[in-house]
Amino acid sequence: MLQTAGADSVVYKQFYDQLVPVTALPWLIFTIVKMLVVFTVIMVGVAMLTLAERKISAWIQDRIGPNRTGYGGLLQPAADGLKNIMKEETYPDAAYTPLFILAPMLSFIPALITFAVIPFAAPLSTRWGLVEMSVADLPIGFLYILAISSLGVYGIVLAGWSSNNKYSLLGGLRSSAQMVSYEISMGMAAVAVLLLSGNVSLNAIVHQQQAMGWNVFPLLIGFFIFCVAAFAETNRLPFDLPEAESELIAGYHTEYSAMKFSMFFIAEYSNMVTASALMVTLFFGGWDIPGTQWDNLPPWTFLKFALTLGFFFAKLLFFLFLYMWIRWTLPRFRYDQLMSLGWKFMLPLALAYIVITGGAILVLDMLQVPRSVQWFGISPFWAALGVLNVVLAVLVFVILDRGRIISPAYSRLSPIQIARLRAMSAGRSLAASQGD
Amino acid sequence: MAIQVKVLARPVADASYVRAMLSGMALTFKHMMNPHKKTEQYPDVKWALSPRWRGTHRMLTDETGKAKCVACGLCPQICPANCIKLVPGEDEEGNRYPLVYEIDEFRCIFCGYCQEVCPEEAIHVGRHYENSEYSREGFVYDLERLTSQTHPVSELWDPADPKGE
Repeated sequence: MLQTAGADSVVYKQFYDQLVPVTALPWLIFTIVKMLVVFTVIMVGVAMLTLAERKISAWIQDRIGPNRTGYGGLLQPAADGLKNIMKEETYPDAAYTPLFILAPMLSFIPALITFAVIPFAAPLSTRWGLVEMSVADLPIGFLYILAISSLGVYGIVLAGWSSNNKYSLLGGLRSSAQMVSYEISMGMAAVAVLLLSGNVSLNAIVHQQQAMGWNVFPLLIGFFIFCVAAFAETNRLPFDLPEAESELIAGYHTEYSAMKFSMFFIAEYSNMVTASALMVTLFFGGWDIPGTQWDNLPPWTFLKFALTLGFFFAKLLFFLFLYMWIRWTLPRFRYDQLMSLGWKFMLPLALAYIVITGGAILVLDMLQVPRSVQWFGISPFWAALGVLNVVLAVLVFVILDRGRIISPAYSRLSPIQIARLRAMSAGRSLAASQGD
Repeated sequence: MAIQVKVLARPVADASYVRAMLSGMALTFKHMMNPHKKTEQYPDVKWALSPRWRGTHRMLTDETGKAKCVACGLCPQICPANCIKLVPGEDEEGNRYPLVYEIDEFRCIFCGYCQEVCPEEAIHVGRHYENSEYSREGFVYDLERLTSQTHPVSELWDPADPKGE
């Protein structure tokens, strides 16, 4: 199943030998239960995230945040939801109504169905067989995510277009450009993970990390690219150009009100959840409990299921917190900075990184560096790739730090540029004096 | 005269995004962890007002419950915002009293001159600030409303310390 040699695959073998999945009717029932549970958890989680966002923003700004509804403001999401349902739905005269109604759903649905393939806990042994803890254990998990996550842009673009409003349209256009640009880097960065695991199934990626160590160290640059691209994909600050309040009122959802507006909001937050879950799964070991092998092996008891689920949630919450922390720290990029970061920096870096990672894996395999854990609980393969990545990361950050790519307006000019500016100013003053 | 464009050489430290970002993140994290939030839990915990606070007016009454006002007309005279309306009346014994005494709290600038000028120590500004009404008319306080206020009155100066030392 995996192209790893000899002793390295012991863990995988043990795992897959045990695999007697549930079939027929129990499978159907389990799947439906998982669907309902995951859907409910995400929707409640999204509601709680809106509260968390307001609380964290308040703490960062030395305020207290909502605390009047319920204990510590815990009922605030319920109050907000109630308000959104009671509010009037407005339909602008100039809007194209069918798409105007369809657009919020189009952005909402892909955000939710992406989560279907993410394994969120260790499998559970039941008397009907082994239950995988993802809604759909697709063998092509990652490709499915790439396919679905790009659908989210339709909702935003159509919302912008069908509103028939210049600000909405600009927001929609920006978001399409932004999401298309960053999706490429995102996919490219993930290719490095696939190279290392040799499989596109998310479960296999988790098992590979359990055997070898988390991917965040050996694929540090890949994680960096993926993380930045994930922020851009979810339209969160510092990449929230599609809604850019100061320029575009509210961007693509300017014309929306009540529950339809709320659906864009829910879509944004469920996108955050999914992107965080992806980062956890691809780079932070998924539901792996760090430092033990106990959780990687059968028997698949309920305790193991609960603990791994807890660890998955802890990692997920860390990334969601990171989203919010960054949102309330960094200002928005200028549009040209966004585009040059995406096309001039992230894409070439991601492409070069595939070549480097592929080459490094090839060389390490040729040298027969073992992938499995050897000394001090560290895999030599993992460590070697990690050291290479740290060196690369230092280089990348030095380049990024020179202020050329995402420069503020005043970065150091080259002598040629200075000469050109001086010539321009001299020419202008000459013209002015002749005009007199 | 030629305009010279002065191009400054910016050190990398100034033009760097990564360093600025990291220091920003550190700053916001520090603020998030800071437990000393300055917010006052207003409706639950109220601010201690200064004894010299000049707020909602109050008309003091004598032992019989009548307003102390003798309708001398000094307060409408001194009022810079012209917010006091006074119509004097006189009873059989020749005592003057206000037939109409109204203060428009919307027009009032809470300078406290009415209290300073009052010879009978009748009208006072008070240590109170929570006024809200459903209509603008509600802010015109008549004599009955002014006498029924119970909040402490302002001490425009401390009698023991007249120079405010």
